[in-house]
Amino acid sequence: MSIFEEIMGMFSYSFMVRAIVVGSLVSLCASLLGVVLVLKRYSMIGDGLSHVGFGAMAVGLAFNQAPLIVAIPVVIIAAFLLLRVSENSKIKGDAAIGLISSSALAIGMVVNAMSSGTNIDLNSYMFGSILAIDKSEMVLCIILGIIVIGAFIYFYNPIFAITFDENFARATGLKVEIYKTILSVLTAVTIVIGMRIMGTLLISSLIIFPALSAMRVTHKFKHVMIMSVIISMFCFFTGLVASYLLELPTGATIVVSNLCVFIIMTIAGRIKVKA
Amino acid sequence: MSQLICKNISIAYEKENVVDNLSITVEKGDYVSIIGENGTGKSSLLKGILGLVALKNGQVIFDEGCSRKNIGYLSQQNPMQKDFPASVYEVVLSGCLKSKGLRPFYSKREKQLAMENLKKLGMDGLKKSCYADLSGGQKQRVLLARALCATDRMIILDEPVTGLDPVATADMYHLVNKLNKDLGITIIMVTHDIDNALKYSNKILHLHKKNKYYYGPKEDYLIHGGCTEDCCASDVSELPKTALDEERITPEELKYGPADSECNNPTCQCHHHMCNKSGGDR
Repeated sequence: MSIFEEIMGMFSYSFMVRAIVVGSLVSLCASLLGVVLVLKRYSMIGDGLSHVGFGAMAVGLAFNQAPLIVAIPVVIIAAFLLLRVSENSKIKGDAAIGLISSSALAIGMVVNAMSSGTNIDLNSYMFGSILAIDKSEMVLCIILGIIVIGAFIYFYNPIFAITFDENFARATGLKVEIYKTILSVLTAVTIVIGMRIMGTLLISSLIIFPALSAMRVTHKFKHVMIMSVIISMFCFFTGLVASYLLELPTGATIVVSNLCVFIIMTIAGRIKVKA
Repeated sequence: MSQLICKNISIAYEKENVVDNLSITVEKGDYVSIIGENGTGKSSLLKGILGLVALKNGQVIFDEGCSRKNIGYLSQQNPMQKDFPASVYEVVLSGCLKSKGLRPFYSKREKQLAMENLKKLGMDGLKKSCYADLSGGQKQRVLLARALCATDRMIILDEPVTGLDPVATADMYHLVNKLNKDLGITIIMVTHDIDNALKYSNKILHLHKKNKYYYGPKEDYLIHGGCTEDCCASDVSELPKTALDEERITPEELKYGPADSECNNPTCQCHHHMCNKSGGDR
């Protein structure tokens, strides 16, 4: 059987189709949001939120609730707090993220261990699972994808202004807080959905890698946006196919694929500067 | 014709007033320099005027076609912008954000405005360059062009020459002065550079510690030295003209007061030249 036929065979599994739809949409959303988060020095928020998501899901499972129903509101609140806390409080942003993420992870583990009778494999939440996506999550993901793409096209210019110079944007009368709230809600939902495939420990790479790779080779904001979407989608597909063909863990393979692209882009950027 | 009136404004961070009961009036075409030591609330005052921080008391009133929506603002250099991937043109165009309103994209007119302002500041040749690759002086020109896209009335600058070399600093002052004189744009600038503040501006706001301040025309300031005590704040205009010229303080002496000129007046805490000589008995 040729490789082509094997790849086509991938699509015959319905769970694979769901994973492809959800994964590509999450990659797209994460890469768009990632450009803003990386440039605003909020990259680690993705990591922190995924840990909070893990804690919330574990607690939800212990009380026999659907994981997403518990996780999404909790993570949205956490995102809101983290973005606010990092500005106003005496505990600085990076320390605050460290505190919140490890606490959430610990609480999740403790509650899960205490609740008798659960035999859910928390490992699949840690490193993700391609089998985890059900139909309702796919629908949610499609809606999210449409909202994120729409928001980034319609609000492209204010988003640029806020990312580049928040004070100037505020001085011209822009309601910066509203935009930041929208961004944090979208980030939260993207992470909760994405962590089902990528896992708690690896989802933040979807946010950070594509933006950084794109910034190696292009220096215009619009180009960075477009480029990071392309890189993110490309890495998702190559990672997914490679993991299917070589029977490797999906999330980890996608991250490795992102890493390869990042290295190539860094070298390409260096050559470009010298030329 | 007043463009900006600050009425008894106070700004506080965690209960401590950094600006207390300050009142100033800025006329159309004024060039106001705000000077003073660190921690006297210069930047806070600007942020209060721009609405970036909440006022504890008082009012900021705009008039003469000026409003918070059409002030250009040039903030202190932001370390985050060091590796920001944006072209010069993208940065300048973002100054048109307000006039764009709810439309998703910029109109032809706004794009033209951005180009015109780039030309005015001699940066049109670099419009495709990456903002992060520019020199400090060029960056400030770009930000000035962005501010011009936001206003044709008033520009507020927060330490625009910090970190620039002497040539770029002189260039920056020259440019701002040109905007003020040629285009009639009102300038409010925070600066530590007293020489240039006195050279170009027509009004001085000198913020002192303990929330005292001097605000008035540059000519009076040169005599008062920014002293806010009663002994000195008495009527300068009554002094004979020649005496004024003789007693005029050079900018060098003025830098927060020469150390050797302690005031003789026991009630006066000030450190300035004129006060030393007349001891408050003017």
